[in-house]
Amino acid sequence: MRRVRWNAPLVTALAGLGLIALLGIVAPLVLQEEATALSGAARAPVSAEHWLGTDALGRDVLARTLVATRLTLEMTLAATAIAAGAGILLGTGVWVSGRRVRELGLRLIDVLVSYPALILALVIATVVGTGPTASVLAIGLGGAPAFARLTANMAASVAQRDFVTQARLMGVPPYRVLVRHLLPNIAGPLLVLLSVAFANVLVALSGLSFLGVGVQAPDYDWGALLNSGLASLYTNPAEAVGPAVAITVTGVLAGFVGDGLAAALDPRARDTKTAPAQTPAVSAPSHRAPADALVTVDGLSVVLPDGTRLVDEVSFHVMPGEIVGLVGESGSGKSLTAMSVARLLPEGLSAHAAQLTLDDLDLAAPVVDPARLATGIGIVFQDPSASFNPALRMKGQLTETLRVHQGVRGAEVDRRAVEALEQVRIKEPARVVRQYPHELSGGMRQRAMIAAALLPGPKLIVADEPTTALDVTVQAEVLDVLTDINRRRGTSVLLISHDIGVVGTVCHRVLVMYAGRVVEAVSAADLRAGRVKHPYTQALLAASPRLQDTGAAERAPLATIPGRPPQPAARPAGCAFAARCPVALDTVCATERPRLIDDVACHAVRQEVPTA
Amino acid sequence: MAATSARAATVGAGRPAPLGPWGAFLVRRVAGLAAVAVTLVVGTFLMVQLIPGDPARVVAGGDATPADVERVRHELGLDRPLFTQFADYAGGLLRGDLGSSFQTTEPVARIIGDRLPFTAEIALLSVLAVLLLAVPIGLAVAARGSRRADSSFTFVTGTVGATPEYVIGTLLVLGFAIKLGWLPAAGAETLASLVLPVAALVLPATCVMARIVRREAAQVLAQDYMRTARGRRLSPLRLYARHALPNLLTATLTLGGLILAGLLGGTVVVESVFAWPGIGQRVVEALLVRDYPVVQGCVLVLGLLAALLNLLVDLVLALLDPRVLAGKGAN
Amino acid sequence: MTSPPYKLQVEDLTVGFGHGRRARTVLHGVSTGVRAGQTLGLVGESGSGKSTIAKAIVGIHPVRAGRVLLDGADLTGLGRRELAAVRRRVQLVSQDPYASLNPRMTVGQAVAEAVDPARADARKHAAAVERWLETVALDGSAAGRYPHEFSGGQRQRIAVARALAVGPEVLIADEITSALDASVQAEVLNLLEELRRSLSLTMVFISHDLAVVRHVSDEVAVLRHGELVEQGPAHDVYRAPQHPYTRSLLASAPTFEEPGASHASAEAEDLEEKEEAV
Repeated sequence: MRRVRWNAPLVTALAGLGLIALLGIVAPLVLQEEATALSGAARAPVSAEHWLGTDALGRDVLARTLVATRLTLEMTLAATAIAAGAGILLGTGVWVSGRRVRELGLRLIDVLVSYPALILALVIATVVGTGPTASVLAIGLGGAPAFARLTANMAASVAQRDFVTQARLMGVPPYRVLVRHLLPNIAGPLLVLLSVAFANVLVALSGLSFLGVGVQAPDYDWGALLNSGLASLYTNPAEAVGPAVAITVTGVLAGFVGDGLAAALDPRARDTKTAPAQTPAVSAPSHRAPADALVTVDGLSVVLPDGTRLVDEVSFHVMPGEIVGLVGESGSGKSLTAMSVARLLPEGLSAHAAQLTLDDLDLAAPVVDPARLATGIGIVFQDPSASFNPALRMKGQLTETLRVHQGVRGAEVDRRAVEALEQVRIKEPARVVRQYPHELSGGMRQRAMIAAALLPGPKLIVADEPTTALDVTVQAEVLDVLTDINRRRGTSVLLISHDIGVVGTVCHRVLVMYAGRVVEAVSAADLRAGRVKHPYTQALLAASPRLQDTGAAERAPLATIPGRPPQPAARPAGCAFAARCPVALDTVCATERPRLIDDVACHAVRQEVPTA
Repeated sequence: MAATSARAATVGAGRPAPLGPWGAFLVRRVAGLAAVAVTLVVGTFLMVQLIPGDPARVVAGGDATPADVERVRHELGLDRPLFTQFADYAGGLLRGDLGSSFQTTEPVARIIGDRLPFTAEIALLSVLAVLLLAVPIGLAVAARGSRRADSSFTFVTGTVGATPEYVIGTLLVLGFAIKLGWLPAAGAETLASLVLPVAALVLPATCVMARIVRREAAQVLAQDYMRTARGRRLSPLRLYARHALPNLLTATLTLGGLILAGLLGGTVVVESVFAWPGIGQRVVEALLVRDYPVVQGCVLVLGLLAALLNLLVDLVLALLDPRVLAGKGAN
Repeated sequence: MTSPPYKLQVEDLTVGFGHGRRARTVLHGVSTGVRAGQTLGLVGESGSGKSTIAKAIVGIHPVRAGRVLLDGADLTGLGRRELAAVRRRVQLVSQDPYASLNPRMTVGQAVAEAVDPARADARKHAAAVERWLETVALDGSAAGRYPHEFSGGQRQRIAVARALAVGPEVLIADEITSALDASVQAEVLNLLEELRRSLSLTMVFISHDLAVVRHVSDEVAVLRHGELVEQGPAHDVYRAPQHPYTRSLLASAPTFEEPGASHASAEAEDLEEKEEAV
């Protein structure tokens, strides 16, 4: 409850409800007489004396509407309390009881919930009769199943979280687990639920009275007033409008309190300040890529709307038939760099570059031909279990680019799909193409993802952490397929990974990224032999335990890097690694950004002196 | 980790199903429907038993002598043991005999037969209209992702969605029937009579549903497979209709099925506002004069309708999402 | 050199989930153990049952058959009260540093709860809280802050501090570094090794990462499909694996070898296919 962020709708709605509650207290004290006095003029229209006219017995409608506030609110509060109390008891009760009781209870609650609450209330009203008390009971009990269901769901989801298990393991008594861990974490959603329930109960209670089976004369609530208003709709429509507005406004305000609370309690709903976008100055072309490079990236920056650079002037190239690895820790900008090449940046991010090309295709242009993009770049994503659409068969997903952008039709589609699966060594491809993604194992799905990326015959495959979600044996087989395709078809690959072992095994050349910049480019052979120059790359290698370590190295402490990488907004003017670097020079490292010269961006390695 | 994946594997592997996935699915769902039906029959039977006071006295009328009351009690079988009464009730149901009205002595089965088509008409029309309106609206708002569109959407759906059907109904009558005279205020004589009751049902339900659709759509659009589809550079229409919609519908229907069933509750009220000759209006009439057999029959039928609607939703879900057939959740 | 006695052992441990037709056994009579003051590494791929063993030991998963022995005393079949006392002697640190801390409790309260489960008073136990936070190289001022204010690596260290504050004899670490970056992982691994020595802890270290397990373990147990495939001193298992599965596992690890030439992936493929056929 500590992190409630008050928002304008919530405050307004709460204030409105407060006003109505005040009205409910004051109006009966002040207007009781006027509300029951017979004026003699039955069903009189709106006048200065009777702002909403009079009813069939000549009583002032406005006064009656205001006075009815108290009974309506009292009944609504009571019924909400019953629904919540009975529901929460039932919900938690079901949850704490044994397995059989729980399953049966949840089943029964499900049946009750699927039964319309108003009809359930009518049934209960049949049994308990009419009048305010009966209505409150009927609506309260009728609303209990929904409450029970939601409480049970919430309790179940919180109870399964790790911290509750941990508390039990530490020997925290069950009662304390409930009070300290469960309740605080469901209090918020429960409060939202309560305000929504209040609105629903109000509507249902007034509905009962409106139907004539709720509050009976001489008592009256808004529903009963609306009922008699309906009868005089032709003579004095204002008689219906008064209570209709009262019910609606109160219900809507309660609903907004629910919305506002939900927004206030949502930890994801942090206000994000959006400063005017600044287009970074794009520096003149500086990276000299070979003329026959397939992909050329020069001075690429990926920028947040507020101007913060998540990727800061990255330059590199990929040759035809080359596998280039981008390696770095989380936040290093490796995925964003790759997604800029694929033109698939998340919404809100923009890429700027002096040059960003695939062959003669300008990837930095405002509009790029979708067909050329789709057929020129194949993409393999990280999590194969989430990257296929669960509702569609494999064939449609494998061949969509072929059909949409290359106009392949008919039997040819089937043939190509089967052939592609064969290439990634999937057995029984003719059967697999007819299956849904969930019928395939994780390794098969990732190989199928590669097949889908390959089908249109792309020049480049962008593989973003393609094996991170897989087991080692499956990883080996997926990497094997990838290198095999590169060797046989000459397809270039841009491989993103956090695992220096993976890129060292598969790639020809590896780019090491740190804090949004490329700090070193190294051939895979040099990486494998440990011949790396940049202090960060050296530290990264030393921090990873290796299988081939022997003797003393087996259990010696691993090298660590003190401190943390800088946040993108706080990236220093000089070398981003300087603050953590063991060999940083006092003279230049903190002030001057090192350029990538001879494949390493480090002043210290070259013993540079300040340019100033 | 290991536990959940192991469990998923169990379900995924599945038991050998001699009936095929669809057969097994249908057997499961029809069994569920039967369970609900039994619950309803027991529930409606108990409902009358629980009523305080004496049904026989109600039927015999206020000025009946004790002897009259006893005679009525015997005629109605109320003097027999509870179990025998239940057996009679259940047996009657099997033969299509729902008893007769205390008030008019008309068979309840015929009353329901006369009125069911009217209720089914507006309920089905409303369900269709709600889905056809709410899904595109919710998807469009989610796909736009603009903050201003979002907050006006929240405001409008919050307001209309929280307004009860009977208030909307009353206001619609006032505006379109009384002031403008365009549409009939009550009855079921012409096709135009359908417009206002259906509108009163559809407006709030559409708003509530559109909110669910919007929330679910935002989640669907953020899924990895949508990024995969964007990677194929598809047209927006293909992206949303082919890739987002099936998943959106499964997510929406799982939650929204309850709202659709809730429309049946709405019909009860709306029929009363518009004097629509359906079951809902009749059950309220019967309730007011304590005509228990009619109440019992109507509640039973409405409950079965709700259960059928749920079954229908489940069938659509299974058609849309192959994982439902396998017994996995839609999420 | 004589081996120290077993601190924690499982004998013929069988664990299953579900009932009736959905029943499924995920651990098939696994026997293994860890000697006092040593670290046992549990390796395996997803679905191997390595985490299930941990959860069965601490009582999260019910044991179908077999025994769990702590200092030779059987923990299965203990009453609720006796179990509560035993539980504190074995603590579990789990994989997800974001899920394992209550978002609505300060770090100080979380550690204080470990010291005194009934009270959880951060002020009363301020000294102890600070000492444990400093043990995992966190500032004492961290006590007043909420978990969301910390990075993944810091949260994992808080989780370790909380587990240690209980004063356990055995610490089970379940994939505690798999969500962390390499440099942060190194910090956590070093910390664990240091603590194990200074507090003479017995440890069970569960991971899918062969290199990490090798780095921390005295003995290694390899699991596959809920069965123990191979167990022995880490040195021997890695140098001369006996079981073909262990060999294929080791061959599959990316160890900077030239790709393709190895038969590792072919072997792995065979294994996966056999699996699919089952």
